[in-house]
Amino acid sequence: MTRYGALSLLRGGLSGQTNWQPAWREPAPKSGYDVVIIGGGGHGLATAHYLAANHGITNVAVIERGWIGGGNTGRNTTIIRSNYFFPQSAAFYDFSVRLYEGLTRALDYNIMFSQRGMWMLAHDRHGLEMLRRSANAMRLNGVDAELHDEAGVRAAIPQLNPNPRFPVLGGLCQPRGGSARHDAVAWGYARAASAAGVHILQNTEVTGFRIAGGRVTGVQTSRGEIGCGKVGVAVAGHSSVVGKLAGLSLPVQSYALQAFVSEPVKPCLDTVVLSPATGTYLSQSDKGELVMGAGLDLFLSYAQRGSLPWMEQTAAGVIELFPQFSRLRFLRQWAGICDVVHDSSPIIDESEVAGLHFNCGWGTGGFKAIPAGGWCLAHHLATGEAHALAKDFGFARFRTGALIDEAAGAGIAH
Amino acid sequence: MLNIDCPYCGPRAESEYRCGGESLIQRPALDCSDAEWADYLYTRNNPKGVHIERWHHVHGCGMWFNAARSTVTHQIFATWGMTDPVPELPE
Ligand SMILES: Cc1cc2nc3c(=O)[nH]c(=O)nc-3n(C[C@H](O)[C@H](O)[C@H](O)COP(=O)(O)OP(=O)(O)OC[C@H]3O[C@@H](n4cnc5c(N)ncnc54)[C@H](O)[C@@H]3O)c2cc1C
Ligand SMILES: [Zn+2]
Repeated sequence: MTRYGALSLLRGGLSGQTNWQPAWREPAPKSGYDVVIIGGGGHGLATAHYLAANHGITNVAVIERGWIGGGNTGRNTTIIRSNYFFPQSAAFYDFSVRLYEGLTRALDYNIMFSQRGMWMLAHDRHGLEMLRRSANAMRLNGVDAELHDEAGVRAAIPQLNPNPRFPVLGGLCQPRGGSARHDAVAWGYARAASAAGVHILQNTEVTGFRIAGGRVTGVQTSRGEIGCGKVGVAVAGHSSVVGKLAGLSLPVQSYALQAFVSEPVKPCLDTVVLSPATGTYLSQSDKGELVMGAGLDLFLSYAQRGSLPWMEQTAAGVIELFPQFSRLRFLRQWAGICDVVHDSSPIIDESEVAGLHFNCGWGTGGFKAIPAGGWCLAHHLATGEAHALAKDFGFARFRTGALIDEAAGAGIAH
Repeated sequence: MLNIDCPYCGPRAESEYRCGGESLIQRPALDCSDAEWADYLYTRNNPKGVHIERWHHVHGCGMWFNAARSTVTHQIFATWGMTDPVPELPE
């Protein structure tokens, strides 16, 4: 793998840009691998990378039905943060943020991680109390958090409506929060994994499992059967569908989440703003588009499109807080299918079928978790033991009742 | 925008309703195993296809009813009262 950098740029310039290699190979499938990863989103690709980089396991295939990063990884609003409530979540997500901080160097791929801070706003007394509770929990968990009054919020975000219908009473800032280029995360992991020997098989759908004596021994795909020692499933909204192929019923429900971008404009917003009460989730991409996240359509869906009521509500929320943006037009709208679990916490665990592991339950917030999700699934696949950061994020919690209820704890709205 | 046919009020816009999730779930006996109870609480059908679900006409007549809807096309095949029998449905 040629390293990217000033030298290779210079060489490219001198040689008419003929020195560039494809970032990952397109090999023909082998008849078997030590580990098969299903799903070429961020979590699947990161798992493959860490299997190679941390555990020396390189006889690995990532099997992707469409193109890598074409699922939620390429459809999300790219916000990275670790403002969770429970100690297990804070430890897990903050580990992820720390991996993101070093990822551009680790992968030799610019993921454009910009720690521009992330603000959560409160518009009433109760919202303010919740923010104070969040800030205290975050600090106790060793995560950076700043609580600001209205003046502090307005000093940091002077663009805010001076006279909104829902007053801005305060805000919680995580300075290390921010955004990254989502495609680059998928491509960077793919490039590094491929260079280590991992096969990335795009346009290949898993259609069934070969299971013998309660243990997975292979997968059926649209390009024939592939044998394997272990399987890691990281298919987000399709977790139930793939689980069913192995006879499993999972505690997952699939909902569409949509997002929008405006036409691109010059830099005008240098941080991330979340206002749960007005339904606003706003940032500006490096291309200049305002990136707006909506809420879930709360009925099951496998259709990658969102509903009109949310489109309207999101626009209304943005205009309420930033009336000056009312003249911008929506440029694009899309949706992804999210794997929602009752306690809004992930599942990283081996299933009842021996050797068959799942990484799912990310719901609307698994982009920030890609490095840690891949790290922990790779650890479990390689060692047979759950990683210390993931041991409470297993299937058992639904039986024991030891849920990690971030839906209530961190106020994840869905 | 979905157009949902309330059995009591007729067709109304999606924004008048809330979806209440999977329907026809039976609560197991109270002396069931932890696994059965967990199943009852947390495991859902989540099919890629026809789903039988409850809807609540919350900004209308306030009644709950059942609907059979495709989770792929969002097409609604039938709506019926909570205690009425399940009608003939496509696969
Ligand atoms: C609109 C939107 C906004 C979001 N905003 C944020 C945010 O700001 N911050 C954040 O942290 N998270 C956010 N998320 C959530 C985040 O995008 C996801 O949790 C994360 O990307 C999940 O990654 P993944 O690798 O698990 O899944 P995906 O990227 O969806 O990858 C799964 C892959 O599996 C493939 N697949 C499915 N079935 C099969 C099969 N049978 N065989 C082979 N391959 C298969 C799919 O084609 C897909 O490419 C958002 C999500 C959406 C939809
Ligand atoms: Zn009605």
